Amino acid sequence: MRSRTLGALLVLALVSGCSLTGGNGAATGGDKVVLVTHNSFALPKPVLDEFTKNTGITIEISRRGDAGEMTNQLVLTKGNPLADAVYGIDSTYASRALGQNLLQPYKSPEAAKGAQRYAVAGGEDRLSAVDVGDVCLNIDTGFLAQRGIPEPTSLADLTDPRFKDLLVVQNPATSSPGLAFLFATVATFGEERWAEYWTKLKANGVKVASGWEESYSKDFSGSSGKGPRPLVVSYASSPSAEVGQDGKPRTKALLNGCYRQVEYAGVLNGAKNADGARKVVDFLLSDKVQSQLAEQMFVYPTREGVALPQSWQVAAPLPTKALELPAQQVDRDRERWLALWRSIVQG
Amino acid sequence: MRGTKALLGVGAVVPLLFLVVFFAWPVAAILGLGLSESGVGAVLADPQTWELVAFTLGQAAASTVVALLAGLPVAYLLARCAVRGRALVRLIVTIPFVLPTLVVGMAFRSTFGDGGVVAIVLANAFFNVAVVARTVGGLWANLDRRAEDAARALGASRWRAFTSVTLPALAPAIGSALAVVFLFCATSFGVVLVLGGSEYRTLETEIYLRTVQLLDLPGAAALSLLQLVAVVGALLVGAIARRKRETALALRSRTETARRPEGAEWIVVAAAVIVVVLLLLPVFSLISQSLSTRDGWSLAGYAALAGDAARSTLGVSGLDAALNSLRTAFDATLLAMVLGVLAAVVLSQLRRRRGRLAEAMDMALMLPLGVSAVTVGFGYLVTMDALPGDLRSSPILVPFAQALVVMPLIVRTVLPVLRAIDDRLRQAAATLGASPLRVWREVDLPFVGRSLLAAAGFGYVVALGEFGATSFLVRPDAPTLPVAISRLISRPGELNVQMAYASCVLLMIVTVAAVALIERVRVGTEALGEF
Repeated sequence: MRSRTLGALLVLALVSGCSLTGGNGAATGGDKVVLVTHNSFALPKPVLDEFTKNTGITIEISRRGDAGEMTNQLVLTKGNPLADAVYGIDSTYASRALGQNLLQPYKSPEAAKGAQRYAVAGGEDRLSAVDVGDVCLNIDTGFLAQRGIPEPTSLADLTDPRFKDLLVVQNPATSSPGLAFLFATVATFGEERWAEYWTKLKANGVKVASGWEESYSKDFSGSSGKGPRPLVVSYASSPSAEVGQDGKPRTKALLNGCYRQVEYAGVLNGAKNADGARKVVDFLLSDKVQSQLAEQMFVYPTREGVALPQSWQVAAPLPTKALELPAQQVDRDRERWLALWRSIVQG
Repeated sequence: MRGTKALLGVGAVVPLLFLVVFFAWPVAAILGLGLSESGVGAVLADPQTWELVAFTLGQAAASTVVALLAGLPVAYLLARCAVRGRALVRLIVTIPFVLPTLVVGMAFRSTFGDGGVVAIVLANAFFNVAVVARTVGGLWANLDRRAEDAARALGASRWRAFTSVTLPALAPAIGSALAVVFLFCATSFGVVLVLGGSEYRTLETEIYLRTVQLLDLPGAAALSLLQLVAVVGALLVGAIARRKRETALALRSRTETARRPEGAEWIVVAAAVIVVVLLLLPVFSLISQSLSTRDGWSLAGYAALAGDAARSTLGVSGLDAALNSLRTAFDATLLAMVLGVLAAVVLSQLRRRRGRLAEAMDMALMLPLGVSAVTVGFGYLVTMDALPGDLRSSPILVPFAQALVVMPLIVRTVLPVLRAIDDRLRQAAATLGASPLRVWREVDLPFVGRSLLAAAGFGYVVALGEFGATSFLVRPDAPTLPVAISRLISRPGELNVQMAYASCVLLMIVTVAAVALIERVRVGTEALGEF
C-alpha cells in the first residue's frame, strides 16, 4: 500500500519535471544574441528567420515593460547585464541610459543612411536611432464637424471654451504618451508658463486617464469604442488604424505641437556576445526591418527612402517639425515637473 | 514517533525553502538596496505617505466587507442547496478571477463614468467573491447539519440557529477567506490604476511608480516596509481571531448536508442569484464587445484571432496562446499543490504540538499575497543571476512566481478542513498500527479529497489569470492569453480591440472548461464517494 503511494508521488514528480522543462526547448547551438526590448516590440518570424539564416545568429527577445521600466531594469542589472543588445530606449530615458554608462561605443555603418538625423546629442557613438514615434493630439474630425466646432490648430487652442470637456490626456506619471504630452507643453509654453496652461486646461474640463488604452479605446470618440471626447493625446501614427471602408481617415493628428519620441538601439556594456549584438543593431537599421516598423509597431522608420504603407501616406504623415527638449534637461527636471503637474491637476 | 517528526521536518522544510529562495531573498535584496541609500526617512515623514496608507487599508477593508456580504449567500447556495444549476454557479463564480484587471477596470469605468472610490471597491469585490464563496462553501458543505436542526427543534429561529451554531463553526473558513481577500484588495493594482485615474493612489500603485518608472529604490523600500507592516498586522489580527475557533467538527459528506431550500431560505437563494447576475454583467459586456463593430455584429475578432492577423501581431494564434496558458498554469498548479499540501499537513500537525510555531509558519506562507509583485519582480533581477543558469530571464521562473501566489490559496482551502478532522480518528488508526502515511491516506485524504480538488481548480484559475510575473518572464514567442490581451489592447484599430475582447472570451471558456474538468475528477475509488 505504501509503495503505491510513493509510486504515485514519484510519477507526479516526474510529470512535473517533464512539463516544467517541456516547452522550453529554445533553439540552441550556433550564435545567440539576447535583445532586451519593450512590450510593443513585434517583428514577423520570417524576417527574424532570414537574419538567422544569413548570420547564424538567433535573436532571443526579452520584453521588459515600457521604455521606462526596461531602462530602469537595465540600470539595476548593469553589473551583470540581462542581455547583449537593447532596442527601445527612447528620448525620455536616453540621458539616463548614457549617464549610467549602460552602453558601449558602436556606430553602425547603417546609421549614416538616415538614422543620424535623429541622433541624441552626446550619445551619437552609442545610441542608434531606429524609429520615430511622435506623440500628437488626435482629432475626431467627424465629431467636431457634426457640431460645427472648428478644429484646434495649436495646443494653445485647447484652453478655449469651445473645447470644454472634449479633451482626454494621460497621467504623465503612469503613461509614456502622457509624459511626452507634458513635455510638449513645457517645450511650447516654457518653464514659466506651462503650469498656467495646465491650470486652464483643468478649468476647461480636461480628463486624465491612467493609461493610453482606456483613454484611446474608451474615452476617445474616434476609435471603435466611440467614447464621448473627440480630442485625445495619442501618436502621429494612430489615424492610420482608423481608416474607414471608403479609404478616408476618420481621425487626424494635429501636426503642430507634436513631441518627438525617438527610439534607440545599442550594444550593452558587458555584453557576452558584443559582435553578435553589433550585427543585431545593423539588422534593426536595415531596409528589411525598417520597412516593417510601420505595420508592426506603429512607428516611423529613421532610414531614408523606406516607403510607408498606403494608409499611412493618406492618414498619418510624419510631422515635419516636432517639439523636443534636451535630454539632460528632461532627466534633471522630470520629477520636479511631475510633482508640479500633480499639484495642479489633482490638487 | 521519531519517524513522524522526521517526515514533518521534511514536509516543513521544502515549502519554507521555496519561500526563502523565491520570495524572502529577492524581497530582502531589493529592500536592502533601497535602505542602503538615504531618502527612506523623508518618505516616512511625509504626511502624504500616511494618507496613502490610510486609503490603501480603507479601500481594502471596504472591498473585503462587500466581497464577504456578496460571497456568503453564494457559499450557502453552493454548500447547502440541492437545486438545479448549482454546478453551473460554481463555475460562473470563478470566471471573474481569471479576467485581466485592465479589461474589467475598463468595463467598470464605462459603467461608473470616471471611476472613483465606489467603482474601485466594487471592482475589487467582483474579483474576490469567488474566494469567499469557495473557501467558506468548502467547509460549509461538509458541516454536520444535525446541530442546526437540533437548535431549530429546540425553538431557535433560523437566524438564531445560523448565528449561534453555523456561523461559529464556519469562523475558520470565513477568517481564511477574509485574510486572502484583504491581501488581494490591499495589493490590487490594475483596478486602482484604471479606476483611480490620477486621483486615487495606493501603496501598491505608488510602489510600482517609484520602482518601475522612477527607480527611486529608497522611496519604494520605505513604502514596501509600510506595506509589509500593514500586511503582517492584518494577518496577526486574523490569526488571533482564529486562534480559539478552529476546532474539530463532525464532518459529513455533502450529499447528507445539501437539501432543497424551504421557507425563508429561498431569500438567501434569491440573494445569491442576484450576486451571480451582477457578476455576469461585466462578463456579458466583454462578450458583447467582442462581437460588436462599427457596422454591427460580427465574428471578425474571433476569425482574426484564429488566423494570420493574430499571428502577425502576437507571433502565434489565439489558440496557441490558450495552449500556452494551459501549460504554464498546469506547471504552476502542480508545483503549488505539492508545496501547499505539504505545508497544510505540517501546519495541521504542528498546531496540536506547537501552536505558536504553526501560526508563524502560516503567516510566512501568506506573505507573498501581501507584498507587491513589482518588489518581488525587481528582487528577482538582483538575485536570480546567482542561481545556476541565470534564472532572471528564464521562463522556468514563470511557474515558480505563479506558485508563490497559488500556494497560500491552496493552504487556506485545505487547512480548515484538515483542522476540522477529529484527531481521535487519527489516534485510533495509529493505535491499530497504521503508519503515519497510512493514517493520512485512510483518515485525512477521504475528508480533504474534495477540498484538494477545489483548491487545485482554484489555484489553476489564479495561475491562468496571472499577468504580472508572466508578462516579463514568459517566452516572447509563447505568450499566454493575458499577455496576448495586453499586447492587443495597447494597439489602435478596431480589429485589435476586438481580438483583445475575443481573447478575453476565450480565456473565460478555457477557464470554465478547465475547472469543470478538474472538479469532475474523483479522488481515489468509489469508497471516497462524493468527497
